[in-house]
Amino acid sequence: MLIGISFILFVVMHFAPGDPTSVRYGLNPEVSASARESFNRLYGLDRPAIVQYGMWLRRFVFLDFGRSFIDNRPVISKIMSALPATLLLQVISLLIIFCVALPIGIISAVRRGSRFDRTMTVFVFIGYAMPTFWLALLLIFLFGFKLQWFPVSGMSPWYVEYIGAFEKVKDLLWHLVLPAFTTAFGGLAALSRYSRSSMIEALGQNYILTARAKGLPETRVIMVHALKNALLPIVTIMGLTLPGLISGSFIFETIFAWPGMGRLGYEAIMSYDYPVVMGVAVISTFLTLLGIFLSDVAYAVVDPRIRYEAHR
Amino acid sequence: MAKFNQSPKHPLDQLLQKNSLQLKNYLFPLRKNSMGQHNRVYTLKRSLFFKKTVIFFLWFFMICHCAFSQQKWISRGAYVTASIGDARILIPFLADDTSSSAICGLVYNGLTKVDRDLNIVPDLAERWEVTDDGLVIVFYLRKNVRWHDGVPFTAADVRFTFERILDPEVGCPYISGFTDIKDIRVIDDHTIRFEYNQPYAPALLKLGMGVIPKHLFKDVMDIRNSPYARAPVGTGPYRFIKWESGQYIVLKANPDYFEHVPGIKRYVYRIIPDQAVEFLELVSGGIDSMQLTPYQYRYRSDTPEFKQRINKYFYLAPSYTYIGYNLKDPILKDRKVRQALSYAINKKEIIDAVLLGLGEVSTGPFRRDSMYYDDSVSLYGYDPEKAASLLREAGLVDSDGDGILEKDGMEFKIKIVTNQGNQVREDVATIVQKQWADLGIKTEIQVVAWAAFLDQFVSKKNFQAVILGWALSIDPDCYFAWHSDSMREGGLNFISYSNKRVDGLIEEGRREFDTEKRREIYHEIHRLVAEDAPYTFLFSGYATPGINKRFKGIDPAPAGIGYNFIDWYVPKREARYKF
Repeated sequence: MLIGISFILFVVMHFAPGDPTSVRYGLNPEVSASARESFNRLYGLDRPAIVQYGMWLRRFVFLDFGRSFIDNRPVISKIMSALPATLLLQVISLLIIFCVALPIGIISAVRRGSRFDRTMTVFVFIGYAMPTFWLALLLIFLFGFKLQWFPVSGMSPWYVEYIGAFEKVKDLLWHLVLPAFTTAFGGLAALSRYSRSSMIEALGQNYILTARAKGLPETRVIMVHALKNALLPIVTIMGLTLPGLISGSFIFETIFAWPGMGRLGYEAIMSYDYPVVMGVAVISTFLTLLGIFLSDVAYAVVDPRIRYEAHR
Repeated sequence: MAKFNQSPKHPLDQLLQKNSLQLKNYLFPLRKNSMGQHNRVYTLKRSLFFKKTVIFFLWFFMICHCAFSQQKWISRGAYVTASIGDARILIPFLADDTSSSAICGLVYNGLTKVDRDLNIVPDLAERWEVTDDGLVIVFYLRKNVRWHDGVPFTAADVRFTFERILDPEVGCPYISGFTDIKDIRVIDDHTIRFEYNQPYAPALLKLGMGVIPKHLFKDVMDIRNSPYARAPVGTGPYRFIKWESGQYIVLKANPDYFEHVPGIKRYVYRIIPDQAVEFLELVSGGIDSMQLTPYQYRYRSDTPEFKQRINKYFYLAPSYTYIGYNLKDPILKDRKVRQALSYAINKKEIIDAVLLGLGEVSTGPFRRDSMYYDDSVSLYGYDPEKAASLLREAGLVDSDGDGILEKDGMEFKIKIVTNQGNQVREDVATIVQKQWADLGIKTEIQVVAWAAFLDQFVSKKNFQAVILGWALSIDPDCYFAWHSDSMREGGLNFISYSNKRVDGLIEEGRREFDTEKRREIYHEIHRLVAEDAPYTFLFSGYATPGINKRFKGIDPAPAGIGYNFIDWYVPKREARYKF
């Protein structure tokens, strides 16, 4: 699977017009044609694409992703320095999504058609429909620039060495607020709508009727009996968010000057940095597969109806 | 002391106190004029008195120190600038992007450098001698220079650097500027001799390439992978501290710098990929300088916040934008047609519309403010009548009365190609389309992504007209674009310009060390090229940096503003960061 995807990607990249050298030095009067050729030789770009792929594959078997054409750092270390930033931002925004979207979904389902339900529907769809870069800029302008409540951009300030450990953490959280909120706002819709519909479905089931008939208090009926069952599909969605967690978002990371994977991937694509593009793609593919696998496992764990024949 | 307390607050400090929650806690704005506020914290009068006394004496001693010591310069504060792209590699002769070059320029020195008026002056060299035949250059080096790690700088470092550049395995992109070097000989620790195969006038400028330390690189097999490629050790005014990929690079003033210690203690290079956000950072104080876009320069800087905190500067950028015509095109190969097209373009209107007036008309292939640019060339002012008559002379007439010119029954159509992502060029294309349409020329515009543009159009010479720009070196040598030898595959004379006289002059200009004679040579090239009109030279834009008002000593000149960065300083009371 990984090999298939990497091969397709490699072919597509090489079919695109242009090559790393011409993009980089194409119209630089100081760089002669012979210098460009020696650059090609240096990175093995003078060989046929299929040979290049073979070389890449051989290194890849030993988990060596090669070095970036751009700054000559090992691809893996570039990824490893960008990954934590993206993970941090995405995990926090995912937490926000869960903490906000689930209650919205549950309450909307319980009070279906109420004013709250309708307001929330509009609210989450505004988040979904709003161009994210615009919202981000708007928030930066208002909270970062006008009110100066939060930093305008960046992840950690350059004077980070001159401050204490506690302040460092506080500062990081401070920088996280705007990007995490922006990312979360756009993601509310999916989860809240899913949880709303699966909750509505659960509430219509016979066991709810039974629970109510038993005389259980309504909160217990909703929070335990209905929610437990309604959460099942959510687990699947969780698994599918994993690749998004890793690959990050080019738009947010660019606007907030966040040094994450989205920017890394985008910049690599724009400068035809083949090894980095391949590295990022392979790792995202791997994590997508892992995410699907994990959600299947989790599904089996939480849902007693699905058990992969372990018992006779 | 009392007087000090009453002094009016600087707006920046007010800003800092009022707004920047995130800064207040761990930045240490010099408290001099915010003492009043700070004092409230102290409940014990004695401690306050004690503190004041201590500060007073410290202050007193400092003034004495300054007054009586020889040292004129004190470094203070920090300067935070921003760019949209991260640096790549911090080795001067491998750095090929603006960010890396900016950092390398502060960490390393070359043998020569360029002063405010673009003259080549000594840097690591104290002086040099060029033999009369121009084949040998001997540099006498400064003797008081040390690398940032304390090792003395010698001629061996210079030789090592240029040997690495000439080594094809290293893959230095600028190698072509050095291939004429025949021999590099170390005469003694502070004298080095370069011998050339043929006289090469740009050599003095090219040899200004940053010198790297031999003692750190000599055992390194692959310079690109050396740890010093990301943590450089140089001789320059700033020492490297830290590089956080995709976020920032921090440098500190080199107290032993051979000229004098830089006036600003920390230099910070932040990476902010979005220009709109960069602007907000500038105005809110997160960064101290950036390159403003024409729109930001003209309109966004009208707010009170901006005016209070930021100074705007402008100087001519060393580049020009042009329309290049494919001289192999059946119609465009006629000089009269190209001249007509040039006359038909109102450059002033383009500058006003596209750059909001922030640029100057250009008529030739040299830096607009250098002595090699011939100001007497005044060809191709906007003159539609002349354009029309030239077109008639070239046999282009509207024979069927549909408003479009024809030649031999074929409609005269031009397709302008330019690259995506450069709004200026796209706008220029649109205006030119309109201006040419007035003359009856049917113009089409095609905007193509950069890689495809180079691959499919420029390098295959598959175009009629392109809109592009050249960044210009300080040396006027223009072999790369105008010599007929550069028409070959991979050369940058993609419009196929060939003029024997110009070829000869270019070769002569490369050999001539005498600036007076060179000036004449390049003036003539300027005139010849302008007459042939292979390009319509459009304009040179202004570079328009905005810089926080607390920085003093900035002096815009033909060389820009960065050339005297070590002379910039922050007055003590305005310093924002204390180290």
